[in-house]
Amino acid sequence: MNKDIIQPPEQCNVAIIGAGPSGLAAATELKKLGVESVIVLEREAQAGGIPRHCTHSPFGLREFKRLYNGERYADELSHQAIKSGVIICLKSSVIAINKGAILELSTPTGIRTLIAQKVIICTGIRETPRANRLISGQRPMGILTSGALQSIIHLKHKKPFQRPVIIGTELVSFSSLLSCRYAGIKPIAMLEKNSRITAKWGVQILAKIFDVPIFYKTCLHNIIGKKEVEAVEINIKCSALKKKKERIKKVLPCDGVIFTGEFVAESSLLRMGHLDVDPSTGNPVIDQFGRCSDSDYFATGNMTHPVETAGYCWKQGRQTAQQVYASLKGELDPYQKRIHIISTSPIIKYIVPQVLALTVKGDYQSGKHIAMDCFQIRVNKAVKGRLSIRSGAKTLVQKKINSLPERRINLKLPCSILSAKNDADIPLQLHFESR
Amino acid sequence: MPITTQYPKKQKTAHYDIIIIGAGSVGCAIARKFTLEGAQVLILEKGTDILDGASKGNSAILHTGFDAPPDSIEQSCIADSYQEFMSLRDKLHLPLMKTGALLLAWTEDEADQLDGILKKAQYNNVNDTQRLSAKVILNKEPQLASHLKAGIYIPKESLIDPWTTPFVYMYQAIENGAQLICCCEVSNGQFDGEKWQLETSQGKFKATTVINCAGLYGDLIDQQLLGWSAFQINPRKGQFIVYDTPANRLIHSIILPVPNKTSKGVLICQTIFGKLLVGPSAEDQDDREDASVTTETLQMLQKKGEELLPALVNESINASYAGICPATQFKDYQIHYHNKKNYVSVSGIRSTGLTAALGIANYVFLQLQKEKSIYSPLDTIIYPKRLNQIAECETRDWQKEGNQGIVCHCERATEREVVTALEDAHLPVNSLDALKRRTRVTMGRCQSFYCSARLAEITETYFKRPI
Repeated sequence: MNKDIIQPPEQCNVAIIGAGPSGLAAATELKKLGVESVIVLEREAQAGGIPRHCTHSPFGLREFKRLYNGERYADELSHQAIKSGVIICLKSSVIAINKGAILELSTPTGIRTLIAQKVIICTGIRETPRANRLISGQRPMGILTSGALQSIIHLKHKKPFQRPVIIGTELVSFSSLLSCRYAGIKPIAMLEKNSRITAKWGVQILAKIFDVPIFYKTCLHNIIGKKEVEAVEINIKCSALKKKKERIKKVLPCDGVIFTGEFVAESSLLRMGHLDVDPSTGNPVIDQFGRCSDSDYFATGNMTHPVETAGYCWKQGRQTAQQVYASLKGELDPYQKRIHIISTSPIIKYIVPQVLALTVKGDYQSGKHIAMDCFQIRVNKAVKGRLSIRSGAKTLVQKKINSLPERRINLKLPCSILSAKNDADIPLQLHFESR
Repeated sequence: MPITTQYPKKQKTAHYDIIIIGAGSVGCAIARKFTLEGAQVLILEKGTDILDGASKGNSAILHTGFDAPPDSIEQSCIADSYQEFMSLRDKLHLPLMKTGALLLAWTEDEADQLDGILKKAQYNNVNDTQRLSAKVILNKEPQLASHLKAGIYIPKESLIDPWTTPFVYMYQAIENGAQLICCCEVSNGQFDGEKWQLETSQGKFKATTVINCAGLYGDLIDQQLLGWSAFQINPRKGQFIVYDTPANRLIHSIILPVPNKTSKGVLICQTIFGKLLVGPSAEDQDDREDASVTTETLQMLQKKGEELLPALVNESINASYAGICPATQFKDYQIHYHNKKNYVSVSGIRSTGLTAALGIANYVFLQLQKEKSIYSPLDTIIYPKRLNQIAECETRDWQKEGNQGIVCHCERATEREVVTALEDAHLPVNSLDALKRRTRVTMGRCQSFYCSARLAEITETYFKRPI
C-alpha cells in the first residue's frame, strides 16, 4: 500500500470533492478563515486536477502573480493547500452523496463513510467523447479526447499516433495542438463546424505556425478503420453558390482522432443522488451562494459553468468557501424561499445560478456577500440581440449582447428581487430578443 | 509470442476426443459439457481472447423462450438452458437480475397481436405470462409514455452478465482439463474415417470429433472441412446505444416491443452493469466483421427510446456499439451431426445464444451419445472458486479491502482487478477488448478521458498491441 496516502477520517467540518483548482482554492480559503478540519477527497493518485495535463503556460497569474505551466501550477495549488493545513486524501473516490452531508467513499482499503458539516462539490468537467456525438464508424484504437491525449503524452510520455485529426477549435483544441507538437505528433487538420474558430480570435495563429489547416464548416461524419484509424470521412458545407447549399463528402487519411472540448459537468454523482440538476445540461442547480438544493451541499468551479480557465475556477472556489464559512457560522440565510429562473429561448445553453435564494438580510443586496454577483449565461450559436431577466411583465435587468457560443455572458443579479418579501412562486424569465 | 492457454498439470495431448472450433458463448458451454462428461477437449479460438466474435455484442438477456418458434430446436434449447442455468447459478456464482419483461403494444394493431403471443408462450410452456392493462403497466413503470395500449408481463425474463457467464463456463472446462489455444485459426483439415487432423496457424491437431462453433464463420468452416454447408451465414448487424448509469433508474423491467415480420424490434432494458440499453437495429450485411455504427441508425434508436421513455431526452449516452449475429437463411438454429464424419456443425445461433448455450451443449452431447456411449463422466468435478464479479448486483472489488484504488472511475474498476485479469493463470488478458470484458475498464461515460494513461502504463508489458 502506498504510504503517503492519507485515509479519510470519519468526520470533518468541510469535505471537498475534487482536488482541482476550485476545490484546492476553496479548501485553502476555509483553512485561512479558521475552519478546523477541511478534507479534500481526490479520486486520482495525485492532486491538481486538469491543469496537471497541461505542460504549457500560462497558469497562475491571478493566483500567484507568476507564470507557471500547468503541472507546476497544480503542484503549487496543492502545496499551498497542504501548507495551510488542508488534508488531501488521494485515491478516495466518492461513491454516493447522502442527506445530512454523509459521503460514501471507496478507498484502497474498502468502503468508508465520511460525515461532514458541509460538502463542496468540485468535480469539474469532462469532454464529450465520441459516443455522445453519435459518430459513424467502427471502434479502432487511436480515438481519444484531449484529456486522454494529454495525460498519455504528459503524464505517461507515450505517443498514441502520428498524424491525427483534431475535432473542434475551442481553447482546449489548441491546447491539444500544443501537446501534439510537444510529442512530435503532426495533426493533419482541425475541423470546425462553424465559419470561425470557437476559441477567442487570434489563437488560430498557432495552427498557422504549426502548419495545420483549419477546415471550417466541416463536420466529422465517419471514422474508417477496424483496428486502427485509417481515415475519416468529413462533410463540408459548401455555400459558395449561395442558392445551392450542399455538402461535399471528402476522405482524409489519418491515424487518429482527437475529440476536443464540448465540455459537460462531471455530475453523475449528483444525478444519482438527491440533489437537483439542470436536466438538459447536467449542471448542478445552485443559488447565488453556490448552494445546491440541499443546503448542506455547495458546488463550485467548472462543473457549475463548463468551461472557464483554472484561474477563474480558483477565484470562484475562494468565493464559495466564504459562503460555506458563513453558513457554518449560521450567518447565511436559512434555506426558505427560492425563485427559479426559466429560460424562454432555445438559444440559451445555460444560466447559472438557476435559482435565487430570497434573503431577509439587507446586506446581501449590495452584492458583496455572495459567491456570484452575476448570472453567467452561454448561448448555443452566434447571436446578436438583447438578453433580459423578467418577472412577469417587468424587466429587472437587461443587456445587449453580440456573442459566440462558449463565451461567458455576465448579467447582473437583480438584487431588488432578493428581498424575502417577494413572492417566490412566480419564476423569473430569461428572455432573448434577436436584433 | 503465441498466446496459448494451457492447463498446467497436463501435458499437451497428441490426440483429443473433441476439438471445438470457436470460443464464443456456445463454444465455451460445449467445452464445459464435454469436459465434465469425461472427454479430452481442445478449443481453438481465432481471436486473442474468448468471446471475440458474435458473442461480444449481445443484449445480455436470459430468455424464457416465450416467443421462440414453437417446436424448434431453439425453443427446446432455451427452455433446457434456463433450467440448467438456474440450477448451476449458485455453484458457479453466475450473476442474475430478476427483472421480468413487459412486451408492450403501442398501437391498437399491436394490441390485437397480444393474445397470439400469449398463446405461443403457453404452447412453449412459459405459463406464468399474463396480459396487463395500460394502467397496471404504467403503475409498475411510471416513466413509460402514456400512449401505451396494453402489454404482456413475462416474470422470468432476466438479465445476466454476457461476459462473465461464458467466461466461467470456459474456466470450469479448463480447470477440469480442457485446453484452449487462442490466436489459432483453422486453415484446413482431413478426416481419415476415424479421426480428424486439423491444420491451423499454430500447427496440426488431431481429434476423433470436430465441433464447429465458429459463429459468423460457421458455413466457411463447414465448407473447408466437409466440402459443403447445409446453410449460409447472412450476418445481421444490430446497433445499440447505452445510456449512462443515472438513466437506469427510469425503468426496471425489460421493455420488449411486439415483433414485426422482419425483426424482433427495439427493446429497452437495464444492463447488469447498471446502464440502460436501447436497441438493436436489424441490418443485413455481407461483411462478417464490420461492426460499424452509423449516425442515422443511432439517431433512430435515440428517437425510438425517447418515444417510449420520454425522460430519456435528458439522459446522456455512454456508448454505442454494434453486434453481428450469425443469422442464416433458416429460422431455426442449424445444428447438424454428420455422423459418418464425426463432425457436428453448431451454427445459426442468433441472439438467443447466450441464453441457450447450456441447452445447446446438452443437445449436441445427446446427439453424439445417442449412437454410442463413449465417455465416462469425471468422478470429481472442480467448480472454480468465485471469480471477480463485474455485475452491479454483486459485491464488486472497489467495495473490498486491498483493491489498490480505482483505475476506471466511471465503471469503478480497481487496479487489483486489472492486474488480476492480466495475470490470470488460465485465461490471461492480452488485449484491451479482453480487459474490458473482464473488468469493464474504459466502458464508462468518459470513454477513457481519465483512465487511459494509467491503463496504458499498467498494461504496457502485457498486450500484443499496446494502448
